[in-house]
This record gives sequence, C-alpha cells and structure tokens, in this order.
Amino acid sequence: MFVPCDRGGSSASSDFKGFTLLMPAVSVGNVGQLAIDLVISTLDMTKVGYFYTDCLVPMVGNNPYATAEENSVELSINAEVYSLPSKKLVVLQIRSPFIKNKYRPFCQTLLSWVKSSKCARVVLLSSSHAYQRDDEQLLGTPLRYLLTPDLEKAVGGLMQELNWKEMEKVAAYPGINDTEKVLHIPGGGITKRLFTESCSKGIQMAVLLKFCSEGDNIPDAFTLVNYLNEWLQLIKSESNNSTDTSSQWKIPSSWRLLFGNGLPPALF
Amino acid sequence: MATFFGEVVVAPSRAGVDDEESAEEGCEETPEDREIRRELEKKREIDVRWTLKSDVLPESSADELFVCSKLILAIGHNAAAFLSSFILDSVCWEVVGAVKLWNEWCRTSSTTNVLPTDSFCLFYRLISDPTVWLCQCSCYVAEDQQFQWLEKVFGRMRKEGLQVTILSTCPVADYKTQESTLTLPSPFLKALKTKEFKEQVCCPLLEQPNIVRDLPAAVLSYCQVWQIPAVLYQCYTDIIKLDTVTIEAFRPLLSSKVLKSLVKDVSESTKILKKLLITNESHNNIYI
Repeated sequence: MFVPCDRGGSSASSDFKGFTLLMPAVSVGNVGQLAIDLVISTLDMTKVGYFYTDCLVPMVGNNPYATAEENSVELSINAEVYSLPSKKLVVLQIRSPFIKNKYRPFCQTLLSWVKSSKCARVVLLSSSHAYQRDDEQLLGTPLRYLLTPDLEKAVGGLMQELNWKEMEKVAAYPGINDTEKVLHIPGGGITKRLFTESCSKGIQMAVLLKFCSEGDNIPDAFTLVNYLNEWLQLIKSESNNSTDTSSQWKIPSSWRLLFGNGLPPALF
Repeated sequence: MATFFGEVVVAPSRAGVDDEESAEEGCEETPEDREIRRELEKKREIDVRWTLKSDVLPESSADELFVCSKLILAIGHNAAAFLSSFILDSVCWEVVGAVKLWNEWCRTSSTTNVLPTDSFCLFYRLISDPTVWLCQCSCYVAEDQQFQWLEKVFGRMRKEGLQVTILSTCPVADYKTQESTLTLPSPFLKALKTKEFKEQVCCPLLEQPNIVRDLPAAVLSYCQVWQIPAVLYQCYTDIIKLDTVTIEAFRPLLSSKVLKSLVKDVSESTKILKKLLITNESHNNIYI
C-alpha cells in the first residue's frame, strides 16, 4: 500500500495522474534496481512516500543518495516512491528480495496501486540469465523490450525507429511442437507475472531487460539505463553520440564497498 | 564466488523465483497442496497473548488500545540479557503478554518462567507507571512472521505519544567500512533513528552503505512509515552467544533519557549478569 511521506499536507505530492511509473524487477544481478538508483540520484528525485507491504524482506539504512553530511541522516526502507513532477515521472525503488510465496500478492497490490494512482504507463527494468539465451540471442544486442497490447498501440512505432529488439518467445514444447510459443524470462523474478497480468488488465506496460550474469553488475546497470534513456530522454547527452550518456549518470554514495571491506594491514 | 582468502562463498541468487515459478507453471496446485499450505500457514501464525488484568473485565475492553508512552524492545539474547540485568526485576515489573510462535528455528514455550537461554518473547509493564513497556524477544522471528508480529503488537497500541527504543546485536562481519574489520574495536554501538525521533542519540549513527535487517528493521520501518519516534541501537559484536562483553557494550545507553529513570541498583546487576552466564554455561557443558 502507498503511504505518503507527509500526511495532512498537500496531496499534490502523491498525485501521479498521467505520470510514467518506473520500477525494477528484483532479478538476476539486481540490474533493474541498480539502474533505478542511477535515475533517482542523477535526477535528484524527491521521496514522496513508501510502498508499505508484507511481501518484501524488511531492511533499513540511512539515505542511500546522500551527497553531504547534512542529508545523510534520513531513514530509508525497503520500498520507497520518488517523484519528479517536471518530467511526469514517478519511481518505485525496491531494495530487498521477496518473501517466499509473496510474489503473487505483491503483483496484485502493485497493479491495483497503478490503477488507483492513475499512472499512465509502467516501465519495468529487468534482467534475464545470460546463460539461458538461445543461439539467435547470443548474437547482437543483449537488450530486449516487451510492450503490452495497450502500450503497443501508443508507442509501438517508436521502438521500430529506435531499432529495438523485442524479446523472443520460445517454443513451449521444443522439438515436438514449434508452433506454440510462450514467453520465458528465466531469472527475471516477477517480470513475467507482472507483464502477463498487465496484458490482461489493460495496463500500459513496457519491460526493458538485459541478458546478464551475476557478478559486478554496475556496467549492466549503465547499459540498461542508457537503453531506457534512448526512449524516455531523461537526460540529454552532451556529446553528439546520442547513445553515450554513461559519464553523466551519478553513482549514489551507497554503492561504495560493494565488494567488501578494506584489507587487514598486517597482510602486507 | 571465491573471496580474497580463497574460500568459496555461495552467493545467494538474487534472481529468486525460478523454482517456484516453474513448479507453478508446470502443474496447477492440487487441493491437497492447498490444504498442506494452509495448515502450514496456520501453524506459522503468531499468537500474542495479553495477560493484562484489566482484560479480564468486560468483553469490550479486549479491543481497546493500550496506552503506551515508552516501549523498549530488546531483540536477541544479549540485548534481552542486558535488560534483565540492568532494568528488569520482578518487584517493579509485571508480565503483560507473551508471543507464541513456531518456525524452523524456534518454538516458544507457553510459560512465562523462562531461562535466559530459552527462546521467548515477553512483554512487561512498569507497575508504578503502566505506560512504560518492555519487551524481550530472544526468539527467531522468521521473515514471513515479522509483519504479523508488528501488526499484532503495534495494532494493540495507541500510536499517539508512543516512543520506541530498540536494542539488538549483529555480527561485526556484517559491518561495512573502509578499514579491515580486524582493526575494529568490537563490540561497538551504532544507531539508526526515524524522522520523528528528536532526542539525543547516545552513539554514532550507522553510516551508508550499512543496513539493518530482520525484526529490528521491520519495527523501525513500521515506525518510520507511521511517524512514530523510534531509535535503534545496534551492537556489532564478534561473539554471537550470550556474553558479558557484548552485554556491557549496551551500558552507555543507561544514561539515555529513556533508560535513565529505569535503571536499578547497578551493584546487583553485576551479580545477576554473572548468574545469567553461569546458567547459560551449564547448558553448554558436556561434563555436568
């Protein structure tokens, strides 16, 4: 359930009518979540509320996007909502994994919030196991997109212009019957469930995903966020090469020490 | 994944759902599966039993909210033992509730006479000021039970005027810092507070990128979302079992505003602390 940060005050901060909701799927390498971190910290978005739910593992910490001592002390929880009215953008960041058997209720509450908040469309950032690609997918770009029929009508042509590749469907019974195809997103967490439910509920949703493996997934996050930027133009690239915006994304302070602590000095 | 020292650490896969997803797709859940799942869920349900004297009276009071100004919550054996030795005694405090729960690591007993080594979750109330509450929770509350725990405990309390203090411990190896953890003077305290908490904090605040999980995090999240002033004192220690050094690490908190007026005779405390540990040792000694 969405709980705004300041209650009783103006409801303007939680009016998302016509906004684009950007959110991650908790998936392989946490690529979606890392990419969302880059968006929030680069656009300096304001926290407007919490997504309070029993479906995620609890966690707390201080402000992950702290830029100075003054704003470092501000408690953050496992699911928070940020907004940027000037770009009609609302972002849901998820910072912890799902509790077992809670995927289904989470998708339901999320989609009912999308409907009640009147968001125009949802963009889901996700990832999928690189090792499960088929022969065709091994070549070319590792980025894919998916659009629900309702969004397809609105922006389908644009994806052609951008020369984007749609996520391939795979045969349901390989070798036996190649005509029946299904969507298969291994390692994508709730991606498939959210997407198929959005299709049937008439919600405009786009899935942007990258094939990757677990490890240092920071480069994957940059690739995915640049991919998103090609479409939504969240930041303008300074150079003429429109795809290279990597240097302009701001890495949040909480990405420090991703690979552990310092080494004991006695070692040397 | 291999670390710098060569040992192989299995990184938990963050992709999650695969097994479950494929199982769900493969075959529809049979009525029998559903039955088992429901039974299991029922077994894992948390049961909070309030034993307040006023509750015995009319039926309607069962739904009434408790008025509580201070709630001090000790999570884990060491934090619970700290309260036992420095704050709690049977003269000034009365038991007002117990949480019964069942999960893979813990089964709490239904009695309120507990040993420090038992797993239990008990609520106490100060007799001279019934709005001051203590909770010792030394049992493991599983991820799927934490939300329920919050709803059932905080659901019965009035949120206005409530202030929450949480004490907890965790391994120093979880602490992220520029230095090596070997050079850290453990045990040490770090604090996290909600936006509404305006009082002085007795120790440095927890720095990014450190995070806190489990029940302490669940309680603090609840307080942040529902705008209840709350502070968490997390003790980073290298001994996870009950031990005096870790318990003593909480000592600076005795001078905090919330605990200052509740501290009992300290000379007694040391004796109680020793007794707690002796009881604990006899359980771990194979030569009894």
